[in-house]
Amino acid sequence: MPPFLHGAVTRLSVTFSALALPVAAVAVSLALFGAFVALVGVDPVEMYQLMYRGAFGTWFSWQNTLTRAAPLILTALCTALPAQLGLVIIGGEGALVLGALAAAAMGMALNGAPAALVLPAMALAGMAGGALLIGGAGALRQWRGVNETISSLLLTYIAIAVLNHMVEGPLKDPSSLNKPSTPPLADAYMIGTLPGSSVHWGLVAGIVCAVAAWVLMRRTTFGFAARMVGGNPRAARMAGLPVGRLLVVTTALAGAAAGLAGMVEVAAVHGRASASLVAGYGSTGILVAFLARQNPLAVIPVAVLFGGIGASGGLLQRRLDLPDASVLVLQGIIFVVLLASEAMRGRLRLFTFARPTPVPKEA
Amino acid sequence: MDHASLGWWGVPLAVLAGAIRVSTPFLFVSLGECLTEKSGRINLGLEGTLVMGAMSGYATAYLTGNPWAGVLVAGLAGSLLGTLHAMICALERVNDIAVGIALMLLGTGLAFFLGKPFIQPQAPQLPSIPFGWWSNSAQVRSALDINPLFLVGLALAPLLLWGLRTTRWGMVLRIVGESAEAARAMGYPINRVRLLATAAGGFFAGVGGSFLSLSYPGSWNERLSSGQGITAVALVIFARWDPVLCVWASLLFGGAGALGPALQSVGVTQGYHLFNAAPYVLTLAIMIATSSSRHRLAGAPAELSVTR
Repeated sequence: MPPFLHGAVTRLSVTFSALALPVAAVAVSLALFGAFVALVGVDPVEMYQLMYRGAFGTWFSWQNTLTRAAPLILTALCTALPAQLGLVIIGGEGALVLGALAAAAMGMALNGAPAALVLPAMALAGMAGGALLIGGAGALRQWRGVNETISSLLLTYIAIAVLNHMVEGPLKDPSSLNKPSTPPLADAYMIGTLPGSSVHWGLVAGIVCAVAAWVLMRRTTFGFAARMVGGNPRAARMAGLPVGRLLVVTTALAGAAAGLAGMVEVAAVHGRASASLVAGYGSTGILVAFLARQNPLAVIPVAVLFGGIGASGGLLQRRLDLPDASVLVLQGIIFVVLLASEAMRGRLRLFTFARPTPVPKEA
Repeated sequence: MDHASLGWWGVPLAVLAGAIRVSTPFLFVSLGECLTEKSGRINLGLEGTLVMGAMSGYATAYLTGNPWAGVLVAGLAGSLLGTLHAMICALERVNDIAVGIALMLLGTGLAFFLGKPFIQPQAPQLPSIPFGWWSNSAQVRSALDINPLFLVGLALAPLLLWGLRTTRWGMVLRIVGESAEAARAMGYPINRVRLLATAAGGFFAGVGGSFLSLSYPGSWNERLSSGQGITAVALVIFARWDPVLCVWASLLFGGAGALGPALQSVGVTQGYHLFNAAPYVLTLAIMIATSSSRHRLAGAPAELSVTR
């Protein structure tokens, strides 16, 4: 094979195997989940047909799917960005919650001001809330050596407690009796939907953030330095890179993405902050990030896939009488199988055909 | 006789009672995780294991009428999840932290899925031993109504410490956790040791979960545990991988967890949710205070990924 062709084939086979493994993992997971529901007496074929219908079957279900994909893109970035530096952050849910709370509080504080001022302020407040939480976990990692996985999860539980405290105390709308929440946002402060659909602008915000994150990580010196830290922290430090600053800035950006998801949930879906913001977007976002192999661009289609799985949950509940946790089980299975499949990377003969076998020299 | 009789004195008493009650799941999860981490692996999935243990224990107790059968099944379910964790981590290039997150998700999902039919029915509860028979105060008596599982956990801690320090099994476990290279050179089966340690850790965590549903708070629902498993994992770091210190740490965390309800019972409802966050704040504060970016934590198994 001529060298130039060899290079192209190698690149192609690398791309192919990078795609093939997650796809195979999802396929195996679907088979396992099918077997699981068959055990509890549900026809897996019927279930998957329903799931497809509920997720991608009609324009209505597509809109539902895309609406759910918006926060997933943003919470996935919360894991995918720090992963470039080798950090495992799992606090996306907390950043979303804190961002939502901050955005709702900003909306209350500026009530009466023009929407053109209030909406950006709410977005900034949301991003600041998320950035504070995850950037805090990054700072603790850098300066105190606190494990960022555990601290970001603990911070999530603290953020949820703060949310509950605020919506049942200082920020409570007195008329929200059974389900405590902040006062509803004025209609003018709700971000609208994309023309001709029920999908809100949060999806666009998510896609823009994902593309921006990709550009930042793959096309700038900042991203190059960040990935160098992820590859070999000691070498990065020796090369004089500001490891601490990179780490804190990246985690803060990651938190800002999830915080923006919270703002979008408040200003496009719920119209207020309440406990129903804790909907599991954070944990699904972690899985999305891992399945996308921490690539900010790949996060977009994977988030759509999982938005679809989430969207079909209601249909499974109504038609097949499956518990709403079915989606959680499927996600768990995909996650476990995906991680196990990591061991197969580069092992499959099919994908390594392009690599020339070294010929041992005769002594 | 109700809480009014003791007034504010009821708060420290309720915290003490809570410390004993609430600490039991912390104790079991942390002892199990201590064992697992000593072998050089961390299982973050114990949060899922705790919930799974609570569900399977409750379901078994309901179906068989015997709460102790529930405890056993909860332990077995836990060791099953532990075994799964260990087997996946034994594969090449698989990160134990990520697998833990995945099993946290899977364990909770399975528990919610399979536990749906058991949210309403009432299962028989574990009996408790009335150590407060000498007192006239209803509060003192209820505070000293101690569950045998707590005592089992108390006894287990020094036993584990002794086992880790002096037995051959404990030595092998620690060698594997300190240096996989050395263990390999000495011919010890690293993966098998870690598998046993993780399965045993899962068993303990499952038993801890069964306490949640079979004793305190004593019912099965989906809000039963929010983060107690992960708090207990962090607690092991605080306890410096010492099982006996895990007991004290668990009591401390149990007390912190009981603060909110205790204050509520004397009429302080302000900031109830913030007090509920006390164990997480405490964990985080302790991790910040005791970690260091410059050197490894004393007592940390050298093969452990979280402290590197």
